[in-house]
Amino acid sequence: MRHLLSAEGLDAASATAVLDTSDALKQTLSGREVRKLPTLRGRTVVTMFYENSTRTRVSFEVAGKWMSADVINVSASASSVGKGESLRDTALTLSAAGADCVIVRHPASGAAHRLAGWLEEAGTQVVNAGDGMHEHPTQALLDAATLRERLGDLAGRRIGIVGDVLHSRVARSNVHLLRTLGAEVVLVAPPTLVPAGVREWGAQVRSELDPELPGLDAVMVLRVQAERMHGAFFPSAREYSIHYGLTEQRAAKLPDHAVVLHPGPMLRGMEIAPAVADAPNAVITEQVRNGVHVRMAVLYHLLAGEEIGA
Amino acid sequence: MSRVLVTGVRPYGEGDPVDLLVEDGVIARLGADLQVGSEDVDEVVAGRGAVALPGFVDLHTHLREPGREDAETVGTGSAAAALGGYTAVFAMANTDPVADNAVIVEHVRRRGAEIGLVDVHPVGAVTAGLQGQQLAELGAMARSSAAVRVFSDDGKCVDDPLVMRRALEYSTALGVVVAQHAEEPRLTVGAQAHEGPNAARLGLVGWPAPAEESIVARDCMLAEHTGGALHVCHVSTAGTAEVLRWWSSRSAAPGRVSAEVTPHHLLLTDELLDSYDPVYKVNPPLRTDDDVRALRSALAEGVVDCVATDHAPHAPQDKDTEFAAARPGMLGLQTALSVVQQTMVRSGLLDWRGVARVLSERPAEIAGLADQGRPIAEGEPANLALVDESASWTVRGAELASAASNSPYEGMELPGRVVATLLRGRITAGEGEVRA
Repeated sequence: MRHLLSAEGLDAASATAVLDTSDALKQTLSGREVRKLPTLRGRTVVTMFYENSTRTRVSFEVAGKWMSADVINVSASASSVGKGESLRDTALTLSAAGADCVIVRHPASGAAHRLAGWLEEAGTQVVNAGDGMHEHPTQALLDAATLRERLGDLAGRRIGIVGDVLHSRVARSNVHLLRTLGAEVVLVAPPTLVPAGVREWGAQVRSELDPELPGLDAVMVLRVQAERMHGAFFPSAREYSIHYGLTEQRAAKLPDHAVVLHPGPMLRGMEIAPAVADAPNAVITEQVRNGVHVRMAVLYHLLAGEEIGA
Repeated sequence: MSRVLVTGVRPYGEGDPVDLLVEDGVIARLGADLQVGSEDVDEVVAGRGAVALPGFVDLHTHLREPGREDAETVGTGSAAAALGGYTAVFAMANTDPVADNAVIVEHVRRRGAEIGLVDVHPVGAVTAGLQGQQLAELGAMARSSAAVRVFSDDGKCVDDPLVMRRALEYSTALGVVVAQHAEEPRLTVGAQAHEGPNAARLGLVGWPAPAEESIVARDCMLAEHTGGALHVCHVSTAGTAEVLRWWSSRSAAPGRVSAEVTPHHLLLTDELLDSYDPVYKVNPPLRTDDDVRALRSALAEGVVDCVATDHAPHAPQDKDTEFAAARPGMLGLQTALSVVQQTMVRSGLLDWRGVARVLSERPAEIAGLADQGRPIAEGEPANLALVDESASWTVRGAELASAASNSPYEGMELPGRVVATLLRGRITAGEGEVRA
């Protein structure tokens, strides 16, 4: 495979290779004053972000720069997108202008797959930085890197994902990758926020959070994406918070070794209590730190010739 | 007097080949070896054992004129229809401007007549501007020279129950049919694909089956209450077939309910969406194997009356996009017969007489066309489609007659080929070419 479009279909060996590279990069760079490797010198990486995003875009940009790639950021508002140019034409233009790799964030599910098809001939590689409600594979990889750091091998570990599974590309990517790495996944959400047919994903589905907490090795709290809430998914923010918010009382029910993750940005007081987000077992800033190394590893495997398998 | 001799065809695929002598658009003689010399007729069509069927009638075609002539025109759409074996098509009202007044429907009717490849019957909008709020001038369109007999807001549902009730009620005075695109809009906000495991996995907003089924059930009750004639467009779910089966068991009820299924809902499923290729985006969406099976059975049983193409040409810029941005719809006129043969005849669910029923006779009856869907017999109009059932062909969207090329069957090998089409005795298509 020449692209990273989804965590679905990413085999365990390839995922583990990326994670191992990420660990190695982290070790190599730790404590160094100049955090720059020459590996991707002369390669051009373009980020195309059709949705507002600070953390993911910056993370990819830093990752590219630390690998010495030339990184160019294109944002929807600043580009010809506003002039009504199609995604296809924008992609072909960037490819023709010399992009070796396009990193795309787009509100339409499947946008990265479409790009990969259009850019097949040009040989430009595509990394999916989040497509609609579909997938966000580098987020799943950075979550796995963080979990491995704290828990070791993920085989047999039980990971809870709590919240708006329906609209969450983070949840989809994590279910696929965590299952590939041998973990058990339990999704906890009100029935309105669970997609039809979710049982085919091989995850367990629960509507009550409290009984699950003592059996979890990690809990991943999803943002409740207010901007997507146009359709009466739950009665009120207060009721959601009462039933699914990770409060201090709930966090106390987790085993001592368990960790708390959040892909950000957080709504403190809604899906997660401030004290829980800042507690020692919360690895939220570690996730961000690992995000850079994981994305460096992805760029390395894609652009430096070491393939990520199908 | 014009005379055309059709040799060696098997009406309804039955019996030994016969000849048909067509005089002035009417089947004058029918029998084995009519002993008519080629010098005595204007033209001879060599049937070579083809199945003769009454010319097909499509209750659901988008010809895009006026407004989107880059995707299809009455001319290109008529050519596709003739090549597909059609002798009458109903052109949907969602053009730009909308066909919600006598001027537009008369224009479309006149363009169809000028081109002359197929009878083009404009469908009038049910509501002004397809806005679903105020009835369009149904009477003016029905009484215009276009003589509109089918009304539909297709593309949009007449979702307001009061407006739908009034449309059905009002239509009874005109003797016309209200064709409903059944889609409860509150249940399909942003919907992209059949709500189920595939859409969930692909992150596409789901289009739930009850959004169709609830409207069909409601409209059946409104048809009974008002005595109106309801036609259900593009039935796509097993549940809708169940609702219609329940309705057909109440034979004493006043009002009239008929239904169509598209070729693509008889063959394709949402598993094709894995590629995110919008050529597979259509409304209502491709559904599951279970739905496909249920729709085939419902069509065979007559619970669903007929096949209608929902032929929906789209320009490349409206399909060569990300999935969510693409327009829904797919070409259908030139592939309908082949898909019906593949799904219904090969499976043994329909014989060729059954194909005549679902592609010609029932749609003509539903729309009240007196000269279409008639028996192949002496004294009947010579509207005919000749089908080589042993042929097979590979679909290439770019080679189809439509201005657009968005065929979901691209590269697929399908059985059966229309070898000639006759409209009132005139050859409109033969050997894969249209005959203006």
